[in-house]
Amino acid sequence: MTALQQAPVRIHPARRAGRYLVRLLLAAGAVVSLVPFLWMAIAATHSTSELFHSPPPFLPGGRLLDNLARLQDTIGFGRVLLNSVGIAVVHTALSSLISAMCGYGLAKYRFRGRGLLLGAVLATMMIPFQVLLVPLFQMMASVGWIDSYQAVILPFLANSFGILLMRQGFVDFPDELLESARIDGSGELRTFYRVVLPCVRPQLGALVIFTFMAQWNSFIWPLLMLNSEEKYTVPVALNTLTGLTRVDYSGLMLGSLLATLPLMLLFLLFQRQFVAGLLGGAVKG
Amino acid sequence: MAVPTTCDRPVAPTRAPARARRRRLRPTAWIFTGPAAALFALFFAYPLGASLLQSFTTEDAGATHWAGLDQYRRLIDDPAFLESLVNTGIILVVQVPVMIGLALVLAVLLNQSWLRFRGTWRAVYFLPAVTTLVAYAVVFQVLLKTDGGLVNQSLGAVGIGQVDWLNSPAWARVSLIASLTWRWTGYNAVILLAGLQSIGKEQYEAAAIDGSGTVSTYARVILPQLRPVVLFCVITSTIGTLQLFDENYVLTRGGPDDATLTPVVYLYKVGFQQLDFGYAAAIAWVVVALIAAVSALQYVAFGRERRR
Repeated sequence: MTALQQAPVRIHPARRAGRYLVRLLLAAGAVVSLVPFLWMAIAATHSTSELFHSPPPFLPGGRLLDNLARLQDTIGFGRVLLNSVGIAVVHTALSSLISAMCGYGLAKYRFRGRGLLLGAVLATMMIPFQVLLVPLFQMMASVGWIDSYQAVILPFLANSFGILLMRQGFVDFPDELLESARIDGSGELRTFYRVVLPCVRPQLGALVIFTFMAQWNSFIWPLLMLNSEEKYTVPVALNTLTGLTRVDYSGLMLGSLLATLPLMLLFLLFQRQFVAGLLGGAVKG
Repeated sequence: MAVPTTCDRPVAPTRAPARARRRRLRPTAWIFTGPAAALFALFFAYPLGASLLQSFTTEDAGATHWAGLDQYRRLIDDPAFLESLVNTGIILVVQVPVMIGLALVLAVLLNQSWLRFRGTWRAVYFLPAVTTLVAYAVVFQVLLKTDGGLVNQSLGAVGIGQVDWLNSPAWARVSLIASLTWRWTGYNAVILLAGLQSIGKEQYEAAAIDGSGTVSTYARVILPQLRPVVLFCVITSTIGTLQLFDENYVLTRGGPDDATLTPVVYLYKVGFQQLDFGYAAAIAWVVVALIAAVSALQYVAFGRERRR
């Protein structure tokens, strides 16, 4: 016990100074990282004129509810928030399922066209999606889907990153277990849902979080697809506020804060899965 | 594999049933991969082909004509496009190295074994990467506002005059580079940190026993092993820069005077504001070619890495 307690005391003074320097540098970086968020939170509770006042406000003010009411007035924030949640939830559920199934198919079956499919998956990761914008827009216009939710959700349901992430998870799944499920008379789909899927929960968790975040943040495609204000998602609605002659900065900051908070919460709650998913392709290579 | 297959068909272990079994399995494979394959065909392969064709056409009064390589020839004399390439080059030469360098320092600092609350530090640094795009743009516009923005007020407090962050070409580039660095440094640091953590503890200990200090241990023993991960970060950042759209579109719309214009923002403007679809498609395919070239370089570099 005494040896353990004494251990920290034995650190050389120079080394201890070094440790404080490291902490100081990390803290300075953290401040830079966090100031925009803090400023967003503070600004959301002030009026626009207070925001650019000199000196600027450093403490929360009393205009939060004013700003919220104005946001509801100008862009119907409640409705817009509901649209974003609905689109993100439907998209995430469908996309995760499709990606998981495809990853499983690629990992556990040999079939004609497998190489082609794998090639397509890799190609979508290399090609910037803006290349597809014009033709996709023309496609949606020709079937009359402009200003519809399905036009926002459908084109990006098949997610290459997700497919590769899930494939990686399924590759290690023992074939013997699949065979024994087959011998027990379980159908292929049933085996997938009952036996295989529960075993890759970590990867599936990472995929769900990633997909939700990506859809929640998605900006250009919904901007092109949605025309009527009552169908807007949060980023699209906030964007309309930036183009006005007298920009309502405090309203925008509150809207931005409310748009970011769900993501921050998701990230902080599921940090481990998130980082694991992020590293799926990075460190193994 | 051997045990289950014999269980599957215990009577006749010849080749014919094996082929029959494979044939039976094939439809099942497509049940799993079919939905994604159909979506790729419809929403990736088809528009991709359409855009390639489009890049060889021109539209005149609603009618589409074959234009050969005309659209690509236009690019060579288009000052806006050349400017967008120059801007991309500046970001590649200035921002990517600065960001990767900072991320590397950050990762090494976070990797110190005595550091407590590492998860919290990591989360704080990663947070900028999960910000909603529009929120990120709005907060930087407010921070960098020339008249009364927090940055200019802070500079004013130490006696530095107003800087026109987003409206002067040179400063707009600085602002874009700074905000890109703010958003992505932590992201890269987390990847590099994971790389550092995959290097065995015994290597640090062995170096320490040999009398190597912390700094020289990192410089001579640890960082050389991190090369593949650093390379991964450099490559993804380079491809990200070549595709840059979000940050500069929402922050400055590519302006002022095209100082923050990138090829993809230009593509978007040409396609959806000037409705010049053929030209937009040609720009898109130049970007694809650039990314393919970088990926080929990556392949060569990684190949050399493996041979070592």
